[in-house]
Amino acid sequence: MTEHLTTRRQFIVVTGGLIAAAGIPERGDAQSIGGNAARNEAAVARLEAAVRELVGESPVKAGRIKLDIPLLVENGNAVPLAVTVDSPMTEADHVKTIHIFNEKNPQPNVANFHLGPRAGRAHVTSRMRLADTQKVIAIAQFSDGSFWSDSVDVVVTLAACLED
Amino acid sequence: MARALINVPKQAKRGDVIEIKTLVSHPMETGYRRDSMGKAIPRDIINRFVCTYNGVEVFRADLFPAIAANPFLSFHTVATESGEIKLSWTGDDGNTQTETVNITVV
Repeated sequence: MTEHLTTRRQFIVVTGGLIAAAGIPERGDAQSIGGNAARNEAAVARLEAAVRELVGESPVKAGRIKLDIPLLVENGNAVPLAVTVDSPMTEADHVKTIHIFNEKNPQPNVANFHLGPRAGRAHVTSRMRLADTQKVIAIAQFSDGSFWSDSVDVVVTLAACLED
Repeated sequence: MARALINVPKQAKRGDVIEIKTLVSHPMETGYRRDSMGKAIPRDIINRFVCTYNGVEVFRADLFPAIAANPFLSFHTVATESGEIKLSWTGDDGNTQTETVNITVV
């Protein structure tokens, strides 16, 4: 009797461990193999094209902008997002625009925010839809023409844009 | 068009940075969904939001279908003088809804 209990317990521990070991590290890889590979590549290419269209040949540096978005989202229909840009917001040095992009929604654009020295503080919040587990990117264009970006990988458990 | 909730401080000190929060009720239909008959539901979203302060544009947003239903936006502006803050939302149908709030700057 005692032996039985022990073995069952051991079985659960061992299988649980296996599932955890096999499941978690493969999550990222699993999405990029099989039928999703082509779609993923297309999504990444489309995102890059959208960003390229905005910035042209200018380099996009990481930093000065902070994108706040939950890393794990239960409901992709309304995901709060906040963008904060480190800028004095003066006539000489301010944020002109903030652009939000995503990777796997049907369209790469989410929103463009146009600010100016009158904004006082470069901080904008909104709520967005996420159709899948994906990357969200924020790019800020400064008055000197430079581009800075931040990106966050968001895991979504219930996607938006699907049939109700 | 729709009901709008606006949160702007009634009074502010000159030079203060104030936060403006807005929420407007709108389905933000993406155009990617289908109804029960399999027919595509046409896109109907608010694609533009503009905030002017005594006639000067202080904030503008271009919105895409990836913005959630009942679009919520919050942003900041400097309280420069007493007057009107005008907020307007423009939909795909071309209709614009405008709301005005007054602010007193001391």
